[in-house]
Amino acid sequence: MSDLVEVIDSRKKIDVNKIREDFPVLHQEVNGKPLAYFDNAATTQKPLQVIDALQAYYEKDNSNIHRGAHTLASRATAHFESTRNHIREFINAPSSEEVIFTKGTTESINLVANTYGRKFIQEGDEIIISTMEHHSNIVPWQMLCENNNAILKVIPIFKNGELDFEAYKKLLSPKTKLVAVVHASNALGTVNPIKDMIQLAHEYGAKFLVDGAQSTAHLPVDVQELDCDFLAFSAHKLYGPTGVGVLYGKRELLEKMPPYQGGGEMIKEVRFENTTYNDIPYKFEAGTPNIADVIAFDQALTFIKDCGKDKIHAHESQLLAYAFDKCATIKGFEPIGTADEKVSVMSFNIKNTHPFDVGIMLDASGIAVRTGHHCTQPLMDWYGIEGTVRASFAVYNTVEEIDRLYNSLVRIAKRKN
Amino acid sequence: MEDINAIQDEIIGEFEILGDDKESTIYYIMELGDQLPDFPETERKEDNIIKGCQSKVWLITNLQDGKIQFLADSNTAITKGLISLLIRVLSGRKAKDIMNADLYFIEKIGMGNIIGSQRSNGLAAMIKQMKMFALAYQSKIDA
Ligand SMILES: Cc1ncc(COP(=O)(O)O)c(C=O)c1O
Repeated sequence: MSDLVEVIDSRKKIDVNKIREDFPVLHQEVNGKPLAYFDNAATTQKPLQVIDALQAYYEKDNSNIHRGAHTLASRATAHFESTRNHIREFINAPSSEEVIFTKGTTESINLVANTYGRKFIQEGDEIIISTMEHHSNIVPWQMLCENNNAILKVIPIFKNGELDFEAYKKLLSPKTKLVAVVHASNALGTVNPIKDMIQLAHEYGAKFLVDGAQSTAHLPVDVQELDCDFLAFSAHKLYGPTGVGVLYGKRELLEKMPPYQGGGEMIKEVRFENTTYNDIPYKFEAGTPNIADVIAFDQALTFIKDCGKDKIHAHESQLLAYAFDKCATIKGFEPIGTADEKVSVMSFNIKNTHPFDVGIMLDASGIAVRTGHHCTQPLMDWYGIEGTVRASFAVYNTVEEIDRLYNSLVRIAKRKN
Repeated sequence: MEDINAIQDEIIGEFEILGDDKESTIYYIMELGDQLPDFPETERKEDNIIKGCQSKVWLITNLQDGKIQFLADSNTAITKGLISLLIRVLSGRKAKDIMNADLYFIEKIGMGNIIGSQRSNGLAAMIKQMKMFALAYQSKIDA
């Protein structure tokens, strides 16, 4: 009987060793040590399926989409559009026309700011963001506010890195036209109660943009269940290629929004007297898109589906808990961001040691982490720190790798503590 | 000038012992930084910061018996270690010798690999600043 229990239990878990076989980049030495890659919040590594798809596309299918009458063009178009449909499934969007391809989260947010924002945000209107936003969910709104004479409001946080929900409630008013908040913080790992926040914003008639750059790889994200108006994320944080992002938007909004850039693909008819625009999603996709990387991204989605997002999440949560428990025993270890709900981000400092020094010492031991402000300078200012060291875990990380991180941190912390 | 090269060769020898063990090399550089004399708190000000470094680097000088003494500090241990090497080579020398120094040890010990290309620019900025100080003293002497 216990045998069966074991078999069933193992089926519920991820086979990390098997998964690691799919990631060639992980099998190398860095500075004479096996690479332990903990910079997954910046970008994840890519499985062979994705790398092979890129190569296969250029070897067999390369051609421009939506135009040619020839076989290669229709193959490429079919793959491209089928990826769009898989993304629709991935976020449970009502239709694939609501899925727009961009360069990344940054461009997705800028698209909304420059189209929806320019047209519908008026003088004196308010936009709400939070203290823990990535620069790409701050600066586009600052630029918009400056341009349209609107006002930017910021939701405060608590010391543990959780959002002050009561303060959020107080910031909302009939003047609020848009709320743009990160689902999971890249610097802290905090998962925000986005569903409740969206519901509240809607009570005031405000639209809600979710920055899903860090959540889509780790948590279920269902745009219909959340009822968000916009969702932005990047393929490269989801085991996919760089240079591909997604903007989901509700159909009624996308249809009302003016185009983003002008050019080919986004038009119906062009006359010097007047030009008519294409339907969504193409209205927002001027020019030849990043066809190869979009098509390869499809394989990343399949990879995630095959692993099972719940299993990925369980594995990463286990790693995070293990890492925190272990490192908490190190003298001088100071965690930054200890919210109850977190994705697998361990942000910390070592007392009396600059985060950059920690990063360079870890690198010398073959361990890759991110150090610095993580594009969240206002958040770092709030904490009164220059930056942090961030270890972020993905599906292919192991307990043994975390043991190595721990051992190196013990040595690093000893220098000055 | 000979002194400068003798010290450079000494450093090259030390790094040869470390070989290509990056871990030991990094920890060693940081330990060297730890051994720099304390930097006066009052001099840790904006005016003394070297521009062009990613880390903060403060550098001050004084002239003793016709020789330039450098004192420096940084907010990161790795940079402090690097500048301690420069100080070991250049501090206590005549302005002319500093200006003319060919700092070949940097390439010989593979500094570019150790600190990466971004930091290498910072290192170049430190050297430039040290040579600028020497130039300024020299023009005073010549005047
Ligand atoms: C929370 C968050 N938002 C936005 C971005 C920007 O994503 P990209 O650089 O892929 O456009 C990132 C990436 O670091 C992020 O972590």
